[in-house]
Amino acid sequence: MTAIITKTYKAPPIREKEALRYAGCRAADEETLKLLRSYIDETEDKLTYNVCYGVFPVSINGGFCDFGAFSVQSAALAKNLYGCESVLLFAATVGVGIDRLISKYGRISPARSVMIDALGAERIEALCDKFCEDFALENKVRLNPRFSPGYGDLPLASQKDIFAVLDCPRKIGLSLNESLLMSPTKSVTAFAGIVREN
Amino acid sequence: MTFSEFLKNNNVCLDGGMGTDLQRLGLKPGENPEKWNITHPEIIIDIHRQYFEAGSNVVCANTFGANLFKFDAEELESIIKAALDNAKAARNSCGSCENKFIALDIGPTGKMLKPLGDLDFEDAVSVFSETVRLGAKYGADLIYIETMNDAYETKAALLAAKENCVLPVIVTNAYGDDGMLMTGASPAAMAALLEGMGADAIGANCSLGPKQLTGIAEELLKYSSVPVVFKPNAGLPKLVDGKTVFDVGAEEFAEDVAALVKKGVRVFGGCCGTTPEYIKALAAKTNKLPPVPVSDKNLTVVSSYTHAVAFGGAPVLIGERINPTGKKLFKQALLNNDIDYILAEGIKQQEKGVHILDVNVGMPGIDEVSMLENTVLELQSVSDLPLQIDTSNINAMEAALRRYNGKAMINSVNGKEESIKAIFPLMKKYGGVAVALTLDDNGIPDTASGRFEIAEKILKAAESYGISKKDIIFDTLAMTISAESSAATVTLEALERIRKELGCHTSLGISNVSFGLPNRDAVNSTFFALALSKGLSAAIMNPYSADMMKVYYSYKALAGLDENCGEYIAAAESFTVAAEPITVKKADFGTESTSAAEFSSNLQYSIIKGLKEKAAAYTGEMLKTTPYLEIVNNEIIPALDKVGIGFENKTLYLPQLLMSAEAAKSAFEKIKEFTTVSGSAPAAKGCVVIATVKGDIHDIGKNIVKLLLSNYGFNVIDLGKDIPCRAVVDAVIKHNAPLAGLSALMTTTVPAMEETIKLLRKEAPFCKVVVGGAVLTAEYAMKIGADKYAKDAMETVRYAEEVIGNQ
Repeated sequence: MTAIITKTYKAPPIREKEALRYAGCRAADEETLKLLRSYIDETEDKLTYNVCYGVFPVSINGGFCDFGAFSVQSAALAKNLYGCESVLLFAATVGVGIDRLISKYGRISPARSVMIDALGAERIEALCDKFCEDFALENKVRLNPRFSPGYGDLPLASQKDIFAVLDCPRKIGLSLNESLLMSPTKSVTAFAGIVREN
Repeated sequence: MTFSEFLKNNNVCLDGGMGTDLQRLGLKPGENPEKWNITHPEIIIDIHRQYFEAGSNVVCANTFGANLFKFDAEELESIIKAALDNAKAARNSCGSCENKFIALDIGPTGKMLKPLGDLDFEDAVSVFSETVRLGAKYGADLIYIETMNDAYETKAALLAAKENCVLPVIVTNAYGDDGMLMTGASPAAMAALLEGMGADAIGANCSLGPKQLTGIAEELLKYSSVPVVFKPNAGLPKLVDGKTVFDVGAEEFAEDVAALVKKGVRVFGGCCGTTPEYIKALAAKTNKLPPVPVSDKNLTVVSSYTHAVAFGGAPVLIGERINPTGKKLFKQALLNNDIDYILAEGIKQQEKGVHILDVNVGMPGIDEVSMLENTVLELQSVSDLPLQIDTSNINAMEAALRRYNGKAMINSVNGKEESIKAIFPLMKKYGGVAVALTLDDNGIPDTASGRFEIAEKILKAAESYGISKKDIIFDTLAMTISAESSAATVTLEALERIRKELGCHTSLGISNVSFGLPNRDAVNSTFFALALSKGLSAAIMNPYSADMMKVYYSYKALAGLDENCGEYIAAAESFTVAAEPITVKKADFGTESTSAAEFSSNLQYSIIKGLKEKAAAYTGEMLKTTPYLEIVNNEIIPALDKVGIGFENKTLYLPQLLMSAEAAKSAFEKIKEFTTVSGSAPAAKGCVVIATVKGDIHDIGKNIVKLLLSNYGFNVIDLGKDIPCRAVVDAVIKHNAPLAGLSALMTTTVPAMEETIKLLRKEAPFCKVVVGGAVLTAEYAMKIGADKYAKDAMETVRYAEEVIGNQ
């Protein structure tokens, strides 16, 4: 039986350039940077960093990926997992606090809303990177690049299986709505193929 | 003996972690544990039996996820029946059934409620209701609502239990290691909400081990006047040789939990990772412990979905500005269904430091029931302050209280029979703290003793409804001193007597006192100070009044409620600034930037640089000498165009474009204020209906489009997000809109967009459709039948100008 483990992180370091890139700024003047930093301060205590994950066996047959507990048809994922004997499946979220800020400012200041949304995108990416890095180090393995539902031909509908298997609502308070949208929105689910180091 | 009777005089031992028990016995990840009631009844019965034998007074039937989201009606009924039959079979196999109870177990739906997710509150209530009805039908002794990590869903489940059965209800929440629920509620806020609605016991379960959750249990013991429940995990799960192992053993677990039973926890058990062995150890450690009596904490508390606000410490400020009385712009916003205006009023008051927002949207010509309900929902999506629902329309009051996420303040009840009969049953059902006005059928007594007597009468009536004294706050009615010179002293005397003799908290609507006088702030703030000295607990007041805020901060410092005068010193800096409007100097930018000369005016400069306050101030200044149309055409629009072109040429980026757009908006708001007052409001350009389509809750892009279209003078009807096709078409027809803008961010929601376009073509063929959103392309947009794909908000503006022009 595969265990589903929950982990809580402290805030990973912020990559300002990444956040600005998500906001559509390819270059940033001092003022924009100053703004971003004020939003970083504002969001700091509203963010939580939670991940739940499990390691599953994987067997590939053409485009059919079988993980024991569930399976999915996707040539792109099959290619991504080629040569891996197991896969790390995880769900990560930075919580509802940032959604509340995005929605609040959406009503009174779209400029702030856009920047905070971008910051949220950077935060969840940073969390996923940090989690994968730690996992690889702790388990002395190498991980393939993350692969999420919606990439290539991996259907968004596979989220339903992922949510059931990882028990996301209970483990990290992450839920899936009728349109297969995640709440909180700044969340990621992904597969990462595990490659044993020699 | 019923469970309620047992709970009254005994400690209650619950069971352990059914979910992890089943996993140990072979349940696979993703598999429905509830189905095992039918496929593996012998295993389920055996687990229950082991818990009863270990010492559990209550076992939870295996119904955690048994709801209509997971099963169809028929299957749900057979699962719940089987689950309760299994529990009963286990109980019957134990010999004596004495003091052994069976709970219908209700866990979260796994879906997020609106506004954070897409599950409607009433839909959640009706799903829980079906589970409750079946549980009651098949013989549960009590309802156990558990592992809820969201206050709103907890409320939905508790409401369903209260409306569909007469069984006692225990509620426990899953708190994170930050001490809050996942959606932010503190233990104090949950205690206020759940106790207010009549839960029989409340507490914490799951998420952490007994040591990490001890702080939460202690908080609950501090705030709760009903028994506290504690059902932690067996520590934290760890992976050892590919197996989940919890890091707290049975003995240690039992010791940690027993320590809390000594401190007052009355209902206890284990959650994930605990087994019959744990419960046996726990029962052994606790069966000699006397139950600690549950005392009424006598706290007057309201709450939001994050925190509680208590009366009796520092004065509580209740912002009065969400109220149309005497406000032309506010009335117009209500008539136009301009919710954003109302929300901004809420956010501004919060920034000024109020603790509660009064919400009054009553005026002739609007449907107050739906307007109040909607305003409450919308306010709760932008502000975490508790709300005071202010209406004399009882249907509007009920609709708002039902939907409110937390324990609301109710404004108001009074000594009239009719008022008492209407308000107290609602309070009993939904919880709340009521402002009680000391008036009755004979009007407002002239004397303090007359008002005091009404207060006594109201308290007596409350008691007969089972409403505690702590949930009534008296308002002794500030009357205008310009009509009756002793008005203020009578009010203050009554207030002091109620505070001292009845021990109740008090609130006053401060501003009434100065009605009809010049420079009202001076009178109001002095009256406020006098009332505070008589023991006033809360004030409904204007937080934009610097005089009032000065009194508030000074009083706190003087009354020893502000350590080292820290808050006073921080606030004092703003006193002088806030007291005066922003002054505009001619050469404001002369020294700030040499490039100011490039702009034709300070206003243009402010807009281009995205300086909101300055743009408004300069507009206000210009309006004194320049016709507003000239300001729009010669200053604001050229500035917007410059920024727009810069954005299109990629010399500046989205955040800068938006900052400018917001500065322009603040200039337009100044103009609107001016024209509304002078009655010379400009005719808007044609109407554009915009919406994020059904199923999609992304609205950042749509909000940007709204901002820019409004700035360019279009009359934007913003329907919001997750909007059904029908609502879009109805709005287009109602406003005869030549253009509709639709947004979708997900491949899964584009079909809803296509459907909306189809319906528009059929019923409103006059309307052009522009679409946008992350997953769309020009080609895709054509395929689903749109007239235009706009890659960004500027392109939408250009297209609107093309379609509607300046008609």
